Amino acid sequence: MNAAGFPLLSLLTFLPLVGSAVILSIRGEEAVVARNARWTALWTSLIVFLLSLILWARFDTSSAAFQFEEKLAWLPEFGVGYHMGVDGISVLFVLLSTALTPLCILASWESVTARVREYMVAFLVLETMMVGMFCALDFIVFYIFFEAVLIPMFLIIGVWGGARRVYAAFKFFLYTLLGSVLMLLAILYLWYTAGTTDVPALFELQIPRSAQAWIFFAFLASFAVKVPMWPVHTWLPDAHVEAPTAGSVILAGVLLKMGAYGFLRFTLPLLPEASAEFAPLIFALSVVAVVYTSLVALAQEDMKKLIAYSSVAHMGIVTIGIFTFNQQGLSGALFTMLAHGVVSGALFLCVGVLYDRVHSREILRYGGVAKIMPAYALVFMLFTMASVGLPGLANFVGEFLVIVGAWRVNPWVAFGAALGMILGAAYMLYLYRRVAFGRITRDDLRALLDLSPREYAVFAPLIALTLWMGIYPQPFLSFFEASVAALVARHEAALNLSRLAGM
Amino acid sequence: MSWTLALPELVLACSGLVLLLAGVIPKQETFFPITMGAIGALLVTAVLVLGQGEGTALGGHYVADAFSGFMKILALGAAALGLLLSIDFNEKEGLGRFEFPVLVLFASLGAMVMISANDLMALYLGLELLSLPLYVIAAFNRDNARSSEAGLKYFVLGALASGLLLYGTTLVYGFAGTTNFDRLADAFSAAQGVSAGVIVGVVFVIAGLAFKVSAVPFHMWTPDVYEGAPTPVTAYFASAPKVAAIALLTRVLLGPFGDLAAQWQQVILLISFGSMILGSFAAIGQINLKRLMAYSSIGHVGYALMGLAVGSDTGLRGLLFYMAIYVFMNVGAFAVLVAMRRQGRAVEQVEDLAGLARTDLGMALWMAAFMFSMAGIPPLAGFFSKLYVFLAAVQGGFWTLAVVGVLTSVVSAYYYLRVVKVMFFDQPAGALDRAPASLTIVMAGTGLFTLLFGLFPAPLLAAAQAAAAALLG
Repeated sequence: MNAAGFPLLSLLTFLPLVGSAVILSIRGEEAVVARNARWTALWTSLIVFLLSLILWARFDTSSAAFQFEEKLAWLPEFGVGYHMGVDGISVLFVLLSTALTPLCILASWESVTARVREYMVAFLVLETMMVGMFCALDFIVFYIFFEAVLIPMFLIIGVWGGARRVYAAFKFFLYTLLGSVLMLLAILYLWYTAGTTDVPALFELQIPRSAQAWIFFAFLASFAVKVPMWPVHTWLPDAHVEAPTAGSVILAGVLLKMGAYGFLRFTLPLLPEASAEFAPLIFALSVVAVVYTSLVALAQEDMKKLIAYSSVAHMGIVTIGIFTFNQQGLSGALFTMLAHGVVSGALFLCVGVLYDRVHSREILRYGGVAKIMPAYALVFMLFTMASVGLPGLANFVGEFLVIVGAWRVNPWVAFGAALGMILGAAYMLYLYRRVAFGRITRDDLRALLDLSPREYAVFAPLIALTLWMGIYPQPFLSFFEASVAALVARHEAALNLSRLAGM
Repeated sequence: MSWTLALPELVLACSGLVLLLAGVIPKQETFFPITMGAIGALLVTAVLVLGQGEGTALGGHYVADAFSGFMKILALGAAALGLLLSIDFNEKEGLGRFEFPVLVLFASLGAMVMISANDLMALYLGLELLSLPLYVIAAFNRDNARSSEAGLKYFVLGALASGLLLYGTTLVYGFAGTTNFDRLADAFSAAQGVSAGVIVGVVFVIAGLAFKVSAVPFHMWTPDVYEGAPTPVTAYFASAPKVAAIALLTRVLLGPFGDLAAQWQQVILLISFGSMILGSFAAIGQINLKRLMAYSSIGHVGYALMGLAVGSDTGLRGLLFYMAIYVFMNVGAFAVLVAMRRQGRAVEQVEDLAGLARTDLGMALWMAAFMFSMAGIPPLAGFFSKLYVFLAAVQGGFWTLAVVGVLTSVVSAYYYLRVVKVMFFDQPAGALDRAPASLTIVMAGTGLFTLLFGLFPAPLLAAAQAAAAALLG
């Protein structure tokens, strides 16, 4: 039995589905249905979040092993089982997913007025898929959750999105599907080679070197699209711009982490030699992503698009960190993923606040907002600074660790990552200046109201997290220290083994 | 007496005759009771199939094993569901005549004979018994030009295909001297190899059967016939006859011609490639849902045949598993198509579904489940069916086949998504009429199967495994 004494992870995964079933069963007038749907969704996601705090409290940070494990026979004769569990790499992402979902529901409280019931159902289903994906310890189960995310997200973008929502939804769906199906073939290969899809069992598998390269590229096709890495990132700006605010938050906060998580969970441990061999390729793509998308972000006139490009750049830093294969780099990558999940989510919420009031995301449409909405300007500035990587705020710790880790591998890669941070400061400050400062050029802006209590409630936990992660990162780092050390040790052992075999 | 083994077929044949009489004698129209009787007869037959023993009968013409049992249950289930779909539709369209269920019953009998055929003669007999009622019900809406055209087209092309098949069987008989599958297998397993005439014969047989499963390049009739035939008939076309023809193709190729695998494998590979590619690309431009489903069914046959092309027991298992899931999601999707009426008139364009999520959320959700399932998105049933054929292809080292398969499934996802898009993203173009209870039950039943299949895949998988083992020995 696991540390919680009951199947906690399954409960976290499937409780939102129960909530969505309840919402679907609500009957009555539209206004009543909408109100009940909102409250049911909020309570469901809050209960899930509170339950997930058990993970925070009871997780044994000194162990690299999988914890809270659950195993059920599903297709025993095929070696496929329902296996859930978390280790230091995945546990915080489960928490990130469960924490962001209630905030997203709260953020959509007033901005979503049409088809509220379906919206809430889609979000709860999405939560199920996200949590399940981070908990899954069977490759087939993982793939099911990984792919199933597409269905609710497709509907969220397509139904509640902006003007070009149909285009964005299709592009998102087909791009991601195309990457994933190639991974499926690699999974099938592993399945029949190993006779099982249980992840801990697969870690024991020695995959021949020639096959590793193929599997590596199959995985890359899927994870690179999800991360997204240059040059397959183009779906992201479209999806972000068209998605409703809460959809963007989840997209940036959790969905982008799925690709990087896939690298950490599968590519590195399963394919150590291919990972080492193709690390330069990943570095090259990542550095291009960091520099190029930062430059593109500078030229954007749409706030959401700018932040979307900044996400690509930040995720480039994450992939650099992952492929350094050392403690600093990997810890930094994980920390950056978490920090980016919080900060970019918060930035999309900041854009959403303005969009709800003015219904425009165009940067030039604003100016002098700081004078009209001082509290909002302060919040926005905090997250802008966090995104820039100001010491004392969340992003700094992770990015600094990645650069240190990258320096040990190749100073030029570290230079590329650092360049990204400088450019990041440029585009974010430029954005903030144009929106918050300057003269008030439009009279209708003068009537804007500052943050409402509901919006304070949404931002407060994010602000607290950003400060906490920046000032005292140790509690977060301690979660993945042991797992990352084990990952690095295994990677080096595998490389030494193959080096010996080669002699 | 060995004929008792064929009891399910005999019961079905007799009940067909009884129902025919019962339909003729009364003065008033007896469509509804006869349909119910036919569904009952199909279910009784299915129960008999479940309790059937194994062995050969009727002078070696008839064989019963786990494989035939699996396929017969599928074909009978599809026929029963097809009849259920037709009740409301036929009455509203003025097609409520008792001949319809009787014809479907006889077609199902033909399907069963095909599945159990152990002789080239029985094969042909079953195929014709299946085809003749199908020609008639395709043209069942006889005052409608499109329906008549569908029937005629199907008949002419079907006759041509039967001719090809018959020519193939004569060649095989001429070179092997027997029509019995077991003895054919013995003749071809001889070490001296086989003559080119047999190979030509096998290719003709494959061509004739590929026509029935509407695989590329013998698919031309499919969109026109699917579009023209009354919708419940199309639903039936896309399920039961396909199951029977796939079963027959599998039995013929793996049984008597099993030792010629090196020859026919290339043909099946080509057919599988062609069907997957055409099925995914040609459907993109369709605006009529029935035509879209026609191309979609061509694509699905391509995926299913992938299992046969691999030829291993995992491949065969994948094929059986695929057909089982396909039948259910296909019937479900057609239930939605049959239910599409606006102010009493049947509509069948993709655009007619516009905004369905707002006017009838339940139906839109089921349809979305069927579409995502057909596109192969987990956790829906369609994903698992694709998973097992791809697994077989990867295991057999057919990498090109597997890669083409997954890539075309992405392409086909586009047009399935388009249906979802029209239902969920577009503005409503006027509400559809409320679906009758019979259709809602079929939708909900197949929909729940599609949604929840992933939780309990083991029983069906075990049944498919047993069926595959029976055929490969």
